[in-house]
Amino acid sequence: MTSLQSESLSQHAGEEAHAEGHGDHRIFGLATFLVADGMTFAGFFAAYLTFRAVNPLPSGHNYELELLLPTVNTLLLLVSSFTFHRAGAALRRGNHPLCQRWLLVTAALGFSFLAGQMKEYFSLPFGLTDNLFASTFYAITGFHGLHVTLGGLMILIVWWQSREGGRISIDNQFPLEAAELYWHFVDGIWVILYGLLYLL
Amino acid sequence: MTLSLNPSESLQPQGWLRYLSFSTDHKVIGLQYIVCGFLFYLIGGALAGAIRTELVTPLSDFLPRETYNEVLTLHGTVMIFLWIVPVVNGGFGNYLIPFYVGARDMAFPRLNAVAFWLIPPAGILLISSYFVTGAAQSGWTAYPPLSITTPATGQIIWILSVLLLGGSSIFGGINFIATILKLRRPGLGLMQLPMYCWAMLGTSILVVLSTPVLAGTLVLLSFDIIAHTGFFNPALGGNAVVYQHLFWFYSHPAVYIMVLPAFGLVSEILPVHARKPLFGYTTMVYSIMAIVFLGLIVWAHHMFTSGTPPWMRLFFTIATAFIAVPTGIKFFNWLATLWGGKISLNTAMLFCCGFIVNFVFGGITGVALAQVPFDIHVHDTYFVVGHFHYIVYGGTVFVIFASIYHWYPKVTGRMLNEPLGQLHFWLTFVGFNLCFAPQHWLGLNGMPRRVAEYDPQFTLINQFSSAGALLMAISTFPFLINVVKSAFNGAPAGDNPWNALTPEWLTSSPPPVENWHGEPPLVHEPYGYGVTPGQLSLEASSGRDLWNLGQGDQR
Repeated sequence: MTSLQSESLSQHAGEEAHAEGHGDHRIFGLATFLVADGMTFAGFFAAYLTFRAVNPLPSGHNYELELLLPTVNTLLLLVSSFTFHRAGAALRRGNHPLCQRWLLVTAALGFSFLAGQMKEYFSLPFGLTDNLFASTFYAITGFHGLHVTLGGLMILIVWWQSREGGRISIDNQFPLEAAELYWHFVDGIWVILYGLLYLL
Repeated sequence: MTLSLNPSESLQPQGWLRYLSFSTDHKVIGLQYIVCGFLFYLIGGALAGAIRTELVTPLSDFLPRETYNEVLTLHGTVMIFLWIVPVVNGGFGNYLIPFYVGARDMAFPRLNAVAFWLIPPAGILLISSYFVTGAAQSGWTAYPPLSITTPATGQIIWILSVLLLGGSSIFGGINFIATILKLRRPGLGLMQLPMYCWAMLGTSILVVLSTPVLAGTLVLLSFDIIAHTGFFNPALGGNAVVYQHLFWFYSHPAVYIMVLPAFGLVSEILPVHARKPLFGYTTMVYSIMAIVFLGLIVWAHHMFTSGTPPWMRLFFTIATAFIAVPTGIKFFNWLATLWGGKISLNTAMLFCCGFIVNFVFGGITGVALAQVPFDIHVHDTYFVVGHFHYIVYGGTVFVIFASIYHWYPKVTGRMLNEPLGQLHFWLTFVGFNLCFAPQHWLGLNGMPRRVAEYDPQFTLINQFSSAGALLMAISTFPFLINVVKSAFNGAPAGDNPWNALTPEWLTSSPPPVENWHGEPPLVHEPYGYGVTPGQLSLEASSGRDLWNLGQGDQR
């Protein structure tokens, strides 16, 4: 081995061992994935807006969507982002029971959102194939609902893992951080969705 | 000294079996992509052979018409999604990028293995549809309402397969972005990376931004087929043009996803065999990023006959013409790299030169196609088929072959046979141009694409084209013989047969499991050819010096 190589070996051995752990890059990878996921929604929103602009619905097919329930749902999700944040803060203070309690509240809010979504689906005056608006409405809210469902399950898993002595601790916050980032993303998408589908 | 920081590596299968395993070694995964892709290339090539055989005569006499539609759909889908995209991104990207950033593996090795192992099932699914239910018939574009009215089962299988491949592509893109941005060896700056890293960064940005849009669109299309919604079905109040917009929002960038990595690979190969630094490194980087940005805003040039409003035609014509500028910069840089170089005209170099010739021709017809009046004249004719194949075959596939000739010694430790390689090149180059150049003439004179029958006046030119296709098919044999034979009795290559300066040549051939026997070398000037050591700014850490030291060790 040459002197040059051995010098660089000793110089960088510490940093190198650190880089092999890959721990720091998983959140970055997840964020990149969420950019991709966001582009799927962007495509749906673009399609929805174009349909609205150029494809008039047949007469008798224009509905006024009920606003109360989706508005309550929006608030539920916004509050759940806050409660998830509190769970993370509790974990960073090492308070596992408090972290778990906030996670349960978050999961409850998430599943309440889904229940509200189901209630809205059953009370709507149109079905999936009735017209272009109906199809787009169900496709976009359904795709978002799928995300909420997955997120809710993730929260339950993270809840179980963050018990005292579980996989998640101050030293291994990644699963909780990942689920939190995902949950904020899903909430953010809903705010855009609410604005475009209900308010616009 | 083998430094294994990851004990699980030693538990993985050794020998050739590891290529059939869920290995997380980036080099194994890279080869899995390349070999798997090449098998699909042979299938796609056989399908192309069927198409060209049908077109020897003006009548539909070789294949039933529906079969012809299935064959052309499978040919396009297999070649794009199972050969070019996986090989030029996942294949060479996985093999080379960790070397180039000075890492021992990709950022997410398990995700990497998942991304590869989505491909074989997707490919088998796609091809099995031909035997089980009848494959999709609506072309690789799957435009509705055609894709809604043709037999549903094959189309749904096609959608499932493309969704799996899209997922694979996105996982790969995430991995490349994280590896290039986050896994660089300490002390290695972004502007010191070999050009292929920049190409893969740009490509991966396109993959991450555009592939999900295609995935979402295909899900909506599958609703139209299965649940009889009317997103894209005008008969149900839907809008087929919206599908085209969403489809091309992915599929135009997809052209850059296929071509930018090839640009990167050429930038690696040319300096080595011309013994000169890559000309205009900085402008190369900015050109790649300009192509990424412009590539996202030109998609509607595929839709000039879809009732596009005039402002849209104007915008997309201008944006498309603009892409010629960064692309032109890259070509002039390559020519300047060759200019005055000590060129060894070996097979890798020949394929690179073939790429430059073919791609310039395809690029010029591309600028022509960006002009609305001309585009409307030749839309959906063989002119477009000719143009497209000059880009993806004359461009990317030529570079894939150049790369195989260039990196085979590193991967196997053995040289490929040079006369067989030259025979492969000339057969491919002549066959390719004979096959696709006449198609421009056919298109200009009005022969539509994707039909099994044509006006008898086009017979002779079609026969020229088919003869070219036959030559291309024949050219595969010297290549296959060469690759298989050389693996067993090729001349030993040594660690660095080309005297190259990029990091992958500074380790043994084939490289050890975690790439280097010691620490990853720090290469600040991957293209420092023809420069005396005293002129290098960071003399002690340039690739040349490491290489010299390595040689000194062996002798």
